[in-house]
This record gives sequence, C-alpha cells and structure tokens, in this order.
Amino acid sequence: MVGASIGIAAWGLITGVAMGKTGLPLPLMVLMSLVVFAGSAQLAVLPLLTSGAPAWVVWATALCVNMRFMIFSAQWRPYFIGYPLRLRLFLAHFTADLNYVIFMRRFPDPKPAPEQLPYFWGGVACNWTAWQVPSMVGLFLSNAVPVEWGFGFAGTLALMGVGASLLTSRATAVAGGVAACAAVAAFALPFKLNIVAAIAAAVAMGLLIDHSRSRSGNPPALDDKT
Amino acid sequence: MNGLVGANWTLVDWLLGIGTVLGLAFITVFTRGFFFLTQREVPIPEWLRQGLRYAPLAAMAAVVVPEIVMSQGHLIGTWKDARLFAAAAGAAWFWWRRGILGTILVGMAVFLPLRLGLAW
Repeated sequence: MVGASIGIAAWGLITGVAMGKTGLPLPLMVLMSLVVFAGSAQLAVLPLLTSGAPAWVVWATALCVNMRFMIFSAQWRPYFIGYPLRLRLFLAHFTADLNYVIFMRRFPDPKPAPEQLPYFWGGVACNWTAWQVPSMVGLFLSNAVPVEWGFGFAGTLALMGVGASLLTSRATAVAGGVAACAAVAAFALPFKLNIVAAIAAAVAMGLLIDHSRSRSGNPPALDDKT
Repeated sequence: MNGLVGANWTLVDWLLGIGTVLGLAFITVFTRGFFFLTQREVPIPEWLRQGLRYAPLAAMAAVVVPEIVMSQGHLIGTWKDARLFAAAAGAAWFWWRRGILGTILVGMAVFLPLRLGLAW
C-alpha cells in the first residue's frame, strides 16, 4: 500500500501540475480534482478544455478513457449491490484502480461481509489522500514555474505511458496507430472533432481486425502477444 | 467555454466550465458504478467488451500524439523540438522497463535540458 501510494502521489502531482499549467482558472481546476477524481480522464480532457472543445466532445473522450471502470464495476456488484443507492453512488465515486486491486486480493470470494466496508473506506482514505494532496500541491506550485519550461508536458508523457500499457496485441497497436494518424490528419476539424473521428476510426479498425480474424478461423479473443 | 486561457472569464464561461467539470464527475460515477447502481442484473454487453479493447487506447492516442508532433495546428517542421526527443526517450524506457513513472521521469530528463538549455 505504501509503495503504491508513492506511485499514486507522483501521478497526482503530475496531474496537478498539468492542470495548473493549462491556464484555466485555478478554482475550476481545484473543483475538477475534487469531483472528477480520475487521473487519466483529467489529463486527456485538459488539451480539449484549453482549445475550447464543446462539452460533448470532452465528455465523450472521458467516457472512452474511463470505460475500463465499467468492467471493474461488474466485479464490484456482488459486494455492493445490497447497500442503499445513495451509498452505492458514493462508493462508485471512490472505486479507483488501486482500491479495486487491493480489495479483490483481500476478499476474493464475491460475497458481501460486514468487514468489507471498513476495509474499503480505509483503502479509499489512503488512496484519496495520496492522490488529492499532491494534486493540490501541484496545482498551486505550478504557478511558480514559468510556462515556457513546459512542465505541463509531464502530463502528456504520463498519458503516453498509460496508452503504451494498453498496447497488448497487434490489433490494439494498429488501432492506436490509426487513432494517432487520424487525430493529426483531421486536426483542422472544428470543435476538436478530430478526437471523435480518431476514436471512431480506431475502434472501427480494431473491430474489423477482430472480424476478419474470426472469419479466417482464429477466435477474436486470442491476442497475439509476441 | 471558448477556451479563454488567462483572460477574464465571463459568467457564461464560468457556468459552462463548471457544467463541463460536473459532467465529468458524473461520468466518473456512471462508469465506476455502471453495473452496481441498478438492481437489475445486466450482462456485460458485447459492444462494451469489444469496444473496451480499443476505445480507451484510441482516446489517449488521439489526445497525446497531436500534443507531441503538432504546434499551432500544424505538424512541426523541424526535428529540433524537445517534445520529440522526450517522447522517444520515454517510449524507449517504457518498452524496456514497462514503468509509467520511469517513462515520465526519463522523458522529462530529456525534455528539460533541451527546452531550457537549447530552447528547442
């Protein structure tokens, strides 16, 4: 937990600095850190916010980046479904990746138990503090560093690292390449629609690869990890 | 919000900005609670299973790559840009070690001297 917290803290600091360097109003960025609480999604929408993309493009991008949480939530269901809706909404806000890993290791049996909730909130307290405190420090300190130094680029590198960790097969690599090329080629589109076009093209290409592979006899679920 | 950076924000800008951020907060809760907010048993739909393999990576690549290879809406015309070398160094580290934190540190270790020392 301590080792993981250091990683979370560094990640929070970088996200805070990246948010501070956008030039968007500080109170708005503080609000974002507190209520959104999803690092990758925050980093992904920052360039969109600064270039004035419409809200729906911002939201669509965040939704795509956050899709992994939907799969996690299916795993959380047996533990949480017995609680009242208001509590479940709270739980949903706080279930980040690290909590998921630690909780599932401690309670591998998908059955509700009274000691789960205190354990969950303990993990959340660590994770939330390890994220929010450095995030705020980064936000407020970033104003002390001149924009020309380009510290905001650390956020781009962070997102690049997360993206690289998703390159698990040839199909995902091709889809990633398509997204990158489409986003650059369609950059002149208004309203940051190049992002939407790139996501659509990449998902279409990925599904096309899956389908052509399943027709040629190989199951689409088989990733060619080389 | 019209992307005013560092300028005076009007009331409308503020409302749009706050509304956009609250929408993002809703997306956090919606995605993280997707399968345990309704009592109804929902099987994981096939479109989500398939889309999940490509959509997050696509969104990240679409945001990140223009941030590295473009400036002012155009592909950069020079190789003397700190971002290119930083991204290459970070990617090399990731390929070697798989660590995201190392990717950031190595990338910035290349980026800062080039940016501050050579003004690339």
